[in-house]
Amino acid sequence: MGTPNAYRPYLLSILLLAAMIFLSIAVGSVFIPLEKILQVIGQRLRGIPPELRSTDLSPFDTILFDLRLPRTAMTALVGAALACSGGAYQGLFRNPLADPYLIGVASGAGLGAMVAISFHWPRTFLGLLAVPVSAFVGAMFTVLAVYTLSKVGRSVPPSTLILAGVAVSSFASALTSFLLIHASGEIRRAIHWLLGGAMMSGWQPVLAVLPYILGGCAVLLAMGHALNVLQFGDEQAQQLGLPAVWVRRVVITAASLATAAAVSFSGIIGFVGLVVPHIVRLVWGSDYRRLLSLALINGAAFLLAADILARSILAPEELPVGIITALAGAPFFLWVLRRAKQQNMW
Amino acid sequence: MIQAESISVSYGSRLALKNVTFQSPSGSILGIVGPNGSGKTTLIRALSGVLPLQSGHIWVQGEDLSKLSPSERARRIAVVPQAVNLPPSFTTWETVLLGRTPHLNWLGQISEKDRLIARKAMERTNTLDLSERYVGELSGGEQQRLLLARALAQSAPVLLMDEPTAHLDLHHQLNLLQEIRTLAHDDGFTVLMVLHDLNLVARFADRVALLVEGKLQPPGRPEEVLTAENLSKVYRVPLQTLLVGKGRHPVILPAGY
Repeated sequence: MGTPNAYRPYLLSILLLAAMIFLSIAVGSVFIPLEKILQVIGQRLRGIPPELRSTDLSPFDTILFDLRLPRTAMTALVGAALACSGGAYQGLFRNPLADPYLIGVASGAGLGAMVAISFHWPRTFLGLLAVPVSAFVGAMFTVLAVYTLSKVGRSVPPSTLILAGVAVSSFASALTSFLLIHASGEIRRAIHWLLGGAMMSGWQPVLAVLPYILGGCAVLLAMGHALNVLQFGDEQAQQLGLPAVWVRRVVITAASLATAAAVSFSGIIGFVGLVVPHIVRLVWGSDYRRLLSLALINGAAFLLAADILARSILAPEELPVGIITALAGAPFFLWVLRRAKQQNMW
Repeated sequence: MIQAESISVSYGSRLALKNVTFQSPSGSILGIVGPNGSGKTTLIRALSGVLPLQSGHIWVQGEDLSKLSPSERARRIAVVPQAVNLPPSFTTWETVLLGRTPHLNWLGQISEKDRLIARKAMERTNTLDLSERYVGELSGGEQQRLLLARALAQSAPVLLMDEPTAHLDLHHQLNLLQEIRTLAHDDGFTVLMVLHDLNLVARFADRVALLVEGKLQPPGRPEEVLTAENLSKVYRVPLQTLLVGKGRHPVILPAGY
């Protein structure tokens, strides 16, 4: 509380993120050492026009600015959005198993994005900006459906939340598959997208998701205190002066917006929103003001690490990053489930 | 001061409170007693503004409760709920600080003044040495004192308490009620508390009212209200009362002992 120690978690998290950003930029078919990375970036920062840049550096320049930097930026943004919204959903449902993937929001967003993509919206930048909006509509539908279905009286028990999530998620996925088969031309790419990790390349998708993810996460970070109060239940929250219904709406909207933007161009990547907030909670406590911001930073680092693995394990072949997060996250999910059961949460 | 003017509350078609009228002035404790299911918790919920009234008005410090925003309400009325289902992974200190919620801006920024008020609330309730402990590790009695500390941190002149002594042993019951009495008599808080234990109500409340099937009988001094005749009827068992001590407090016993 206000002691110098309060900054330590942030310092550690930022160092971890910086290390992952460096690795993500450096590692690939060509390894680019830190020195070269700094030279290339220095060149650009000093505004040296392309024709005057060092020819030794030009292949690095292309790899860095056309491929690795946009990919790194996209991965970090998606990881941050999924972890931050996962933490927010957990607080909102007062349920440790809530995660954008498990409660079906990601599938709903995927369906929304698929609809937009099958209309060929992403051909223009404006169309690209509209994909997250379509995904957001899908996400809101699923989260409201899951919430309504899983509510028992005034609480949302973990078991019914997950069951409703599975059902609604399967339904959305089935519709997505139908659209996929319908749009047979781009089927391969779309399947890859669905598995998570076939991020659209280049800077445009990064710019297209940026406002949604920044906006959604900024709102969530501002709701940290409100989420703390909400942990005591709606009634006590109201008695403490919190407009609980309004807070719920704002958090659902912001978390779904961030999730939808993340899913729009990176596909459905599971478990990030479960694993990262959980580890943050175990290490640094449950204060949502801290939890959400730390989940955001570490979510970016976590997905970058998963992406580096996905690129390296079968290099030069790339695995979808969703496979890595599921391999790490599914056992973690089972562990959380066991722990929740031992604490008689069912 | 809190005042109810013929309030009625219903759950679906069942009328849980019927034309309840009373007045609880500042600086005193009003005890509400009644059998299970008579509407005691409903009354606390209605007075705190979280249940819509079917009819009637609630006045706090002269203002109509229904016209106040949630944070305006919480600056005037603090509730000490029963210590059940508290989120286990907050610390005591974090929980007490949440009492400052109605005084914070929309970002929930906590100032030095807020910390000072929270610390004072913990001093008063003997919870300061629990600061760093997690709520889940606390005993029932400690959790109850923590909730009183959180309510005091709200700096609201009216305190509503739902069974504040439910999980406490005799020592802690008496200590807590003594502290609540000081809050009312010396600090001028308006205290309305629901209690099951008739003898504790008789000993600590300034006035008592019986709530029976959603109807509140007129409040009066304990020895006037808690008579063998009244109580035997309300609880449907034969009871007797003895007046003890220099305060002539009634003590209630089953008849025949």
